[in-house]
Amino acid sequence: MTTTDPVSTTTAPDPGTPPVSVRREALYFAVRNGKLLVGATIVGIFLLVGIIGPFFYDQSPMAYVGQPMLPPSAEYPFGTNTFGQDILAQFVYGVRSTFEVGLLGGGLAAIIGMLVGFVAGYRGGLVDEILNMFTNVVLVIPTLAVLLIINAYLGIRSVAMQALLIGLTSWPWAARAIRAQTFSLRGRDFVDLARLSGVRTGRIILREIAPNMSSYLFMTFILLFGGSILIASSLDFIGLGPTDGVSLGLMLNHANQWSALMLGLWWWFVPPGIGITAIVGALYVANVGLDEVFNPKLREL
Amino acid sequence: MRQYFGRKLFIYGLTFFVAVTVNWLIPRFMPGDPVASMVARASISQPEAVAAMQAYYTDLFGLDQSLISQYFNFWAALVTGDFGISIWAYPKPVADVILGAVPYTLGLMIPAILLSWLVGNWAGALAARRKLLDNTVLPVGYILTATPYMWIAILLCWGFGVVLGVLPVAGGYSFALQPSWSWEFIGSLAQHWVLPFASLFLVALGGWAIGMRNMIIYELEADYSNYLAALGAPHRLIRRYAFRNAVLPQITGLALQLGVLVAGALVTEIVFSYPGIGSLILKAIQNKDFFLIQGTFLFIVLGVLIANFIIDVVYVVVDPRTRAGMAGAST
Repeated sequence: MTTTDPVSTTTAPDPGTPPVSVRREALYFAVRNGKLLVGATIVGIFLLVGIIGPFFYDQSPMAYVGQPMLPPSAEYPFGTNTFGQDILAQFVYGVRSTFEVGLLGGGLAAIIGMLVGFVAGYRGGLVDEILNMFTNVVLVIPTLAVLLIINAYLGIRSVAMQALLIGLTSWPWAARAIRAQTFSLRGRDFVDLARLSGVRTGRIILREIAPNMSSYLFMTFILLFGGSILIASSLDFIGLGPTDGVSLGLMLNHANQWSALMLGLWWWFVPPGIGITAIVGALYVANVGLDEVFNPKLREL
Repeated sequence: MRQYFGRKLFIYGLTFFVAVTVNWLIPRFMPGDPVASMVARASISQPEAVAAMQAYYTDLFGLDQSLISQYFNFWAALVTGDFGISIWAYPKPVADVILGAVPYTLGLMIPAILLSWLVGNWAGALAARRKLLDNTVLPVGYILTATPYMWIAILLCWGFGVVLGVLPVAGGYSFALQPSWSWEFIGSLAQHWVLPFASLFLVALGGWAIGMRNMIIYELEADYSNYLAALGAPHRLIRRYAFRNAVLPQITGLALQLGVLVAGALVTEIVFSYPGIGSLILKAIQNKDFFLIQGTFLFIVLGVLIANFIIDVVYVVVDPRTRAGMAGAST
């Protein structure tokens, strides 16, 4: 799990520059940024594996296809586990559900974070006080502990449900960061102008404030995406993952539970870990690259 | 300063209240009859355990009473330290079971958190704006911080425990020993502590190093740094000032990361079957021991709140602005 302080790693974009030249300039620097390219490429490869892998590698992840405990071979590129299940098939489906959890959980968290952050930052006053207090309370409660008791009682059995709960609990830092950004934009002339001409609050936020921090919002989403993947894998590992599916965390859980370590079945527990680490790490690195693209201050280093 | 602490304590009190309420609500949100389904799911063989459980659940939920009095009864039980009876360790009270595991978790977490914070900040500060070092610290930091805690634990366990066979792979102490204050036992304790500690330490290290590196670069660009440089101040001095300013957000970051660190400790313990809270949670889930799960939840929340408060106190000591009543801490 990341210990990067998301608020400090992503610097604020400079608002108020004309959008067309910014976009062209961003593209110019994006294709020349090594970090962004490497990160995006790795994520892209895994995304491809997750999307089309299950079609090409036509093996059921749950079926007992071969001899148990086979080391990697031509027939089973990642070998088989103690039940004779094909580990490559599990891996391919696991990558898919990893992206599902990241996209749904991170997306939901980003939406809630934006909603709370925008409203608190733009409205200020009592609304801000209440939302801020709410944010702080959710922030202090350890996410995994809450998910633990909810999952234990409700018995979460699908990836979507797991992602929903992760999204509902992991938004607070994003809300705080977005609130601070909104706060600094609120007093700008163009926002005042919109307010003076009678534009409604929702529209001001959507049309004036959000576009001016779009790069920041996108980077927040990426960090939430990576965070959701890590939380989901921890939950799966504890044994509170989706039961009617495969995931990389669940693979680690099984490997640990059926003593793959003692038996020396390294091909069982190494691939899922590499998968999670590579996807999340690549997301973070791409995020730093994006930061450099959008923030001129960081470019010449 | 009084206002600063008052605000903090209010938030923490509110958080605890919310946590307890969530803890009370969730069993009642469950569709169907909670008592019957929980007794059925527990699938325990001892008849006296089933009877006790049924009686206890009915008594605790007090389903014939009004919701409000149920809620107050729940609080009353909590205040007296009554968390219910564990099903997995029947008939031990949940509070006792948890208190027996807490020292192991704390003994693992506190050194890992403090050391990784110190070493990570040091490494990050050293690497900032130094091309060669930065090119090693940054990628290593990103890989470490993206690694799931349990995977690094599994790799260390496999590498040092199984392949090399130099360190024990399971338990908090040798199974041949009984807990005592002998040197032999303490040695065994230390041996079993090394690998879980190392995995927690390593993952946390990466994040701190990256955070510190970014903060130092930011501080070195600030006006006061440029001013100092223009005055001809030595680099060491400028970096020292930058470090002192950069440490403040890292302290706030420590508070923000507590939840993640706790989660990391839990899964690490599970890998090593370390007899702390994490292993307890695993047993509770496997045995459908809901009282134990709810009890550990409250203990974790309480622990995180206390740690948050300690960090707040440290912040006041370190940052003079909070003492002067100016805006300093933002958590």
